[in-house]
Formats: sequence, structure tokens, C-alpha cells
Amino acid sequence: MSTVANRTSSPAAVGTSHKNGRKKRPLDGFSRWANKHRKWVLAAPAMVFTALLIAFPLGWTLYLSLTDSSGSVRADSEFIGLENYGEVLTDFDRFWPAVGRTVYFTGGALAFEMALGMAIALLLWRPFRGEKWVRVAILLPLVATPVAVGMMWSLILDPNIGFANQALSWFGIPAQPWLAGQDTALTTLMFVDIWQWTPMVVLILLAGLTSLSDEPDEAARVDGASAWQRFWYVTFPLVMPVFITAILLRGIDALKTFDILYATKGKGGGSFHEVETLNVYAYGLSFDYNDYGMSSAVLIIFFMMIVGCIWLLTARKKRSNR
Amino acid sequence: MSSVVDKKATLPEETRLPLSFTKRPKHPATRAYGIFRVAALVVIVLTFLAPLVWMVLSSLKTNVDIYDPSAAFVFSPTLQNYETVFGQASYLQYIFNSFWIGVWSTLLSMILGVPAAYSMSRFVMKKSAALVLMARIIPGVSLLVPWYFVFSNLGLVGGYGVLILSHMFVLMPLFVFIMISFFDSLPLELEEQGQVDGLTPIGAFFRIALPLSVPGVATASILSFIFSWNNFMFALVLSGSSTKTLPVAIFDFVAYASIDWGGLMAAAVVITVPIMIIALFTQKYIVSGLTAGATKG
Repeated sequence: MSTVANRTSSPAAVGTSHKNGRKKRPLDGFSRWANKHRKWVLAAPAMVFTALLIAFPLGWTLYLSLTDSSGSVRADSEFIGLENYGEVLTDFDRFWPAVGRTVYFTGGALAFEMALGMAIALLLWRPFRGEKWVRVAILLPLVATPVAVGMMWSLILDPNIGFANQALSWFGIPAQPWLAGQDTALTTLMFVDIWQWTPMVVLILLAGLTSLSDEPDEAARVDGASAWQRFWYVTFPLVMPVFITAILLRGIDALKTFDILYATKGKGGGSFHEVETLNVYAYGLSFDYNDYGMSSAVLIIFFMMIVGCIWLLTARKKRSNR
Repeated sequence: MSSVVDKKATLPEETRLPLSFTKRPKHPATRAYGIFRVAALVVIVLTFLAPLVWMVLSSLKTNVDIYDPSAAFVFSPTLQNYETVFGQASYLQYIFNSFWIGVWSTLLSMILGVPAAYSMSRFVMKKSAALVLMARIIPGVSLLVPWYFVFSNLGLVGGYGVLILSHMFVLMPLFVFIMISFFDSLPLELEEQGQVDGLTPIGAFFRIALPLSVPGVATASILSFIFSWNNFMFALVLSGSSTKTLPVAIFDFVAYASIDWGGLMAAAVVITVPIMIIALFTQKYIVSGLTAGATKG
């Protein structure tokens, strides 16, 4: 967000100073009122919409998490206090494994996406011939519908008929189970996520790199710094704020990944819950099992985890901004 | 604001390098790096494009050819999968649904989001902006449960209205986010001049700021249409059999029969290709929208 100081024009100008050319027309009461309070007149519809569609549902979810609501949305429910939370936090069968998978998926995807994204952005930084075509290639995965992407990779990675195993066999590598394997499914989907979202990181970092001035890099070069030194001690610290923004944006979305997981493995994240992250777990509790109380408790915990991560990262970002 | 931009802006003129020096191509990359760079770029392009090409190829194969490794690249193309998609599976209806919901949710988000972003930019309403942007971090499921409660009690689940509303929840914050950074970069002087010439402040917004912000609105609209088109979870819960959007339709394609890979890939092409074509022609806008606000502090 901008840190520019108050940009308001002087309030004296409101509805009074019609000095020049235009037809002077006295304002009726409503326009005068609207112009005087334009700050809120313009912002209110969006704020009310947000409050209705977000704040109110969030409050309701909080309330539901304290009840035993389940079955039908019309069924009566009883207030049971923190019982759901107790049940969720001691659930080592589904909840904690789901937390582990969420952390694994998000951490792994983020690490690869940031490293690859940085590398590709550096490759694209200086202009070259055919730049346009490379950028197009990078943009396409980004706009593709995630569900369709999931389907596409299901075919490519099919253990029997998929092209992936066929290609591996040319190099004498045995066939892999990919999405069908209990141990490999989540990692495979992590790489599908990396395929689709690394371009996002590239675009953000590239925007950051292009806004840098050449001088620090130039000065380091004159001082005889190697390419790696110039990157690590000059360029990288300078793009750090953008880098952290990219982590933030990608991290939030990766934590909430749902589409490719549910589209490729279905309810419960597969028959052994092998790709059941918190979001998939909460969705399943709500809409496959109609256990609204429990799912609300999971969601509130999930939400607090997300807010915690963001808080940690923005604190870090403020420090690097100094 | 990032320290980089600040430094650059406050640097006294004489300490900057002369333009002719900075523009000159300097230190030509070594030959080895040049070769490495080309090779790396080829690998990158192939990695991102090959799966999409494979999807298109498979959509043109009969299921016999899909199961035959020797027909990977050499096969006689057929359109029968597309006949399945548009004939039996009535995808025209789903395309219309996705399109209709995308257009309306984008339009309504624009009407709500653009004035709000203007106000938040001009009055630096950080807390209000933060409230709207909260929508980005809340997991969609935690809103779906209460929405489902309310809308199913009102008997609205399955209608277009609910789907448009739910998509607006994602799109409106997107508009606010992109437009705030756009209005921040729009000089205040133009509107002040307009007010001197007799416009009211709101008039100055409509007659001066709004016409100037067309590129920003275009950016936000394109992205928000794409986001709506791609959205899966909301429609999965809130749509009915006649208001199904494309992502849900393609999901059901798998859920019902044993997998008809050819048909599935044709459906995947039908859903991804329109959006890719839009992206090709509006590349500049999409990139500026996705990176909006990212390069500022």
C-alpha cells in the first residue's frame, strides 16, 4: 500500500468555489451531502458488501464452531462450548496429518516456486530476441483453469497410459505410480502446483527487477564482484521486499489450494486421505459429511494459522524495508 | 515504499550516470553464458508448453490411440471427442453459464470496487482497504458454510444470483486491490484543476479520474473474468444442474462414468483455450494486474 501522506484536496473546495467558465449551478441538498461525505459515499457500498459477505459469515462460522450443528442446515443445534476444538486438536487420525500435509505441500511448493521463479526471472531480466514468446509460454499455465490442469496432468501421469512413464522408460527408469501412489500423490500434486504457479512468481519478481536502478549492480561490477556476488550481495537484497510480497501472495494461495487436490483425488483426498490438506478436510466435513460444527472449528483454527503466517512475514518485510 | 525507489527518486541529478552510458549495451555476456541461457530458456518454454500441447493432441485422438504408446505423436486426428462434449454432454449450456456468471460478477464488482478504491486511495483509508483485502486470505470454505445455510433456507441455492454473489466475493477485492494502486499513480492535480473549473469532487471523479483509469479498469476486468471462469469451489457447492459452470462440469465428467480420456481432454481444451486466447491478446494488462502493488513497499 502507498505510504503517501494524506492526499485529500482542500475541503474548502467542496461545492463552493465555482469560479471559472462552467455554468454555475447551485447544488441541491443531496449532491451537497454526497460531496461532503464522498469518502464514505464512494466506499460504503463495497464496505457493506464485504461486511455482509465476509464479516457476517465469519462470525457465523465462529458461532457454528461452538455448536454441534450437523446433518441438515435446518436441524436444531446445541451450544457445546469449546468441545469441537478439543475434539479437533486431539484428532491425530485426520486433523494433525492434514496439518502436516498442508505444511508439507505449502512449504515444498513455495520453496521450489521461489527458487525457480527467481532463477527464471534473472534469465529473463536482460532483454533478448524472442523475449515475447517466452513470456507467452510463461503466461499460459497461469491462466489455465486449475481443474482442467488437474485433469490434464492426471492423463499425463497415469501409471499405465500416461506419457510421463513412457518418457521415463526411454531412459530405463522404472514406471512411477505418481498420483495413484499413496506416498507419491501429494508430492506429485505439489509439482503440478509448481508447474502452474512458478510463472506468477516470475512475473512479480521480474516487475521488481526491472524497477531496480542499474547503478548498484554497475558499481559492484566495477569493484570486481563476481556474478554470484553481485546477485547475492546487491540484487537480491534490493528485490527482497518484492520477494517477500511474492512469498506472501503465493503462500496464502498455496495454503488454500483446493481445486487440483479435489479434482484429481476426489472426496477426502483419496482413499487413504493421502492428499487431504486442511482445506480439503474442512470442505469434506462440511459438504461431504455435513458436520458443520466440527468443520467450523477446523476452519477457525486454519484461519488463525494463516493470519499467524502473514503476521510473521509482514513483520519480516517491515524489517527489510528499513 | 521500497527503499530502492526512494533512493532513486531523491538522488541528486548530477550523481546519476549520463543516459548515453547507462543505455549502452555493456559487458557483453560471455559466450558460455549465452549458450547456457538459450538452452535454459528452451527447457523452460518446453516445460510450460509441452503438457498443454499434449492435452490438445489427446483431445484429437480416439481412446484406442490414447491407450497406444506408439500413437503418441503419429495418429489420425478426429473430432469425435468434441462431438461428445458438445452433443451428449451439453457443454454449450455450461459455457453460457460460465460466461454469464463471469460477466455479471465482473460488472457488479466493478461498480462496487472502483469508487471504493478511488476513495481508499485519495483518503488513504488503510484500515478499510485491509478489511476488503481480508477476502484474499480467508479460506473460501469458511464462508461457504454460512452462505449455504442462508441461501438454502432462502431457496436460492442453484440460481445464477447466488453464484454471481459468491464470485463477487473474490472479484471485488481484486478490483479494489488493482484500482488502489492505479489511482495512487494518478496525479491529483488533474482533478484539482477540474474542481477549479467548477466540477464537484464527485464530478471530478466521474469526469476526470474515471476516464483516465480505463486501462486500470480493463486490467482488473480481464483478470476478474478469468478468476470467475476458473473458480471451482463456490460453484461446486452452490450451483444446480442447470447453472453448473465449466469447472464443475468437467469435474462431473470424471465422477460419473469410467474415464473417457479423449472426451475429458476435449472438455479441458474447451475450458482452457478461450481463456488462453484472451490472455494472448491482453498479455500486457494481465501482467500489470498480477503484479499490481507488488513492486511497491
